[in-house]
Amino acid sequence: MRLRLRRLDTTALVYLALLAVLIIAAILVATTGRSLFSPGNIRDILTGMSVLGFVAIGQTLVILGASLDLSVPYVMSLASLVAAQTMNGSDAMVVPAVLLTLVVTAGIGLANGLIVTVLGVHGFVATLGVGLILKGYLDTNYQGTEGSVPWSFQLFGATGIGPVPISTIVMLALAALVAFILVRTAFGHHLFAVGGSSEVARLSGVRQRLPLIGAHIGSSVCAGLAGLLLASRLGVGSPTVGSQGSYDLLSIAAVVLGGTVLMGGRGSIWGTIGGVAIFAVLDNLMSVMQFNPFLKDVIRGLVIIIAVALYARRRVIARRIRFAANAPGPNIATGSAPAPAPAPAPAAAPAPAAETGGRSQ
Amino acid sequence: MNASAAENRSDRLMTLVRRAVDPKGIVLVLLIVILTAIIVLNPSFAEPGSLMRFIQRVAPIAIVAIGQYFVIVSGEFDLSMGAVVTAQVMTAGHLIGEDDTKTGPVLVLMLGIGIIVGIVNGLATTLLKVPSFIVTLGTMLVIHGGVMWWTGGTATGNPAESFRRLGRGGIEGLPVVDLLPYAVLVLIAVIVFAVWISRRPFGQTVVAIGDNARAATFAGANVWRTKTFAFVLSSLSATVAGVLLAGYAGVHPSVGQGYEFTAITAVVLGGVVLGGGRGTVLGALIGAFTLESLFTLLNFTTVPATMRDAIQGAIIIAAVAYSGVIFAKRRKRPSASDIASAPDDATTSARVAEKPMTTSAGTPSSIPLTGGDGADRT
Repeated sequence: MRLRLRRLDTTALVYLALLAVLIIAAILVATTGRSLFSPGNIRDILTGMSVLGFVAIGQTLVILGASLDLSVPYVMSLASLVAAQTMNGSDAMVVPAVLLTLVVTAGIGLANGLIVTVLGVHGFVATLGVGLILKGYLDTNYQGTEGSVPWSFQLFGATGIGPVPISTIVMLALAALVAFILVRTAFGHHLFAVGGSSEVARLSGVRQRLPLIGAHIGSSVCAGLAGLLLASRLGVGSPTVGSQGSYDLLSIAAVVLGGTVLMGGRGSIWGTIGGVAIFAVLDNLMSVMQFNPFLKDVIRGLVIIIAVALYARRRVIARRIRFAANAPGPNIATGSAPAPAPAPAPAAAPAPAAETGGRSQ
Repeated sequence: MNASAAENRSDRLMTLVRRAVDPKGIVLVLLIVILTAIIVLNPSFAEPGSLMRFIQRVAPIAIVAIGQYFVIVSGEFDLSMGAVVTAQVMTAGHLIGEDDTKTGPVLVLMLGIGIIVGIVNGLATTLLKVPSFIVTLGTMLVIHGGVMWWTGGTATGNPAESFRRLGRGGIEGLPVVDLLPYAVLVLIAVIVFAVWISRRPFGQTVVAIGDNARAATFAGANVWRTKTFAFVLSSLSATVAGVLLAGYAGVHPSVGQGYEFTAITAVVLGGVVLGGGRGTVLGALIGAFTLESLFTLLNFTTVPATMRDAIQGAIIIAAVAYSGVIFAKRRKRPSASDIASAPDDATTSARVAEKPMTTSAGTPSSIPLTGGDGADRT
């Protein structure tokens, strides 16, 4: 209950921002004599949300654990290739191909997680390195698109219920599942605790490595799902489909735009979905208004900086209130396993973490 | 106290080994190994002329790495460097054109752009309290998008010869090296400046802030001014690299792409710790040279060019994992005798680590004489 109230705080702000963007976009689109809310346009926006949404859900997990995942674009490309080559146009191979893709991406996530936790390498460096290794592999072994996706699997990216595409429904279902895991399970609580302060979590009896490894596996699998979706839309696997969209940096931006703290330990999936929606509406607006593609980048960059600057100011205040209100609460009230961990974490950690912006290796 | 000469020598050897296994030392060893391998594969590489050309090629990356060093050691990231390099190259191409008289004014304009980008990055990070990762990601999008929008994203004719000379020309007719590229002179100037400034109060403060900003604030450091200056140095170095690249590689929108990650790789390879507070300018420089010589080595082998990235990725993980292991090992020593020592204060605990070793670990006199501190600071 307490958790939900607090989360509503930041997340509500994200959705207020989304509402503001929607209103502005609706007015601007109306000036061109079209409607932002026509079924076709709504489908465009929701379709635009789905790929970035998958990636950003995974990225949220990793960032909550105070790590990063820069390898997602290459995981996506690899996933699209693995899926398309395994399917190779045959309907019977769809299920095995999807399973194989998920296993491969989970393996990459496991490697990321082990490098970060066991070798103690900063998440930025570890996932940048793994991403570069994957890029080298892709560039060496693939010259262009390969494999082909049967029509039955292409439907995943092409059909919808009314104006809502199937892929977006799957993405939202995944978001609900991950949000449930974060709020209701020990894994989720431990991830928040480790992200807040790994050392304090350890002293509180939380195994710091497992949640972070799990988060990295989750992130890679989510990127794999995004890759599957792209393969289904393109009909083939492509070695550059992930890096072309620069999904690594955009997903991090969406997560932070959604109110999750880059230092870890605080944030929510629904905020991230709000951030993704803001990006999707902006993109759609700029496409409808026929902006120059380079100008789109300029506006995206400005929105990221300004929005996060607004949150950052707010968050400093929100954090203090939270300490005052909650610090004595969980210690006495809930004696259950996960509760003690999150409670001391923020109390001890944020001061140096927030100021220096540094993470000890 | 009354150590004999033989003991002294073995002590010195121990120190040398200790420095060699140091994260910074091991990179130097790696650099020497790679350079030796290149010379074995291709003896003509050792000729002064081709060595000069090698340094000329490394110069932009080395300069960018030195700039990135100041930002990383202060505990921040600068992802906008690659975009700044691209922007400067395109600016030079579009504004100078074939007109030699414009070289001077446009150079001044480019430096101005560099300073402004640095100030915006720095102020947004420090005063608006936006994480630098996000700020510089945003400025990267804005700068890159803005320049491409303005220029149409196409390659234009190369700028006037007087401008390109900086990147591709040099002083000719010298006795040993035959041609001394201006890029090498620029690199030397940047190194001298960077080493000088890292010994000045600014250099010390920026490391202290990266280590523990609160402690540095209590000690009277001005965090926002110092960090902003670090960002200015970073984007100025990207500007200088842009000037050299415009001459060396020509004007093309892809010049500078991915430079931010290459620079971070080089810096991290040189033993500078992400998160700040530890590392030296010369480490970053050695990291840049190691990375580029590794690529040169790969050119002489049969490894396909596309595997460059994979090897860069493996190296960077290995380097950071290695330095993590070394630092963890050092940090464990004091915790045996002094359990209460704070785990977060990197520099202080590293210092603490030096002290008990001299008293309790059984190797008296060798370490304090050589000054473990000197090994860590430039």
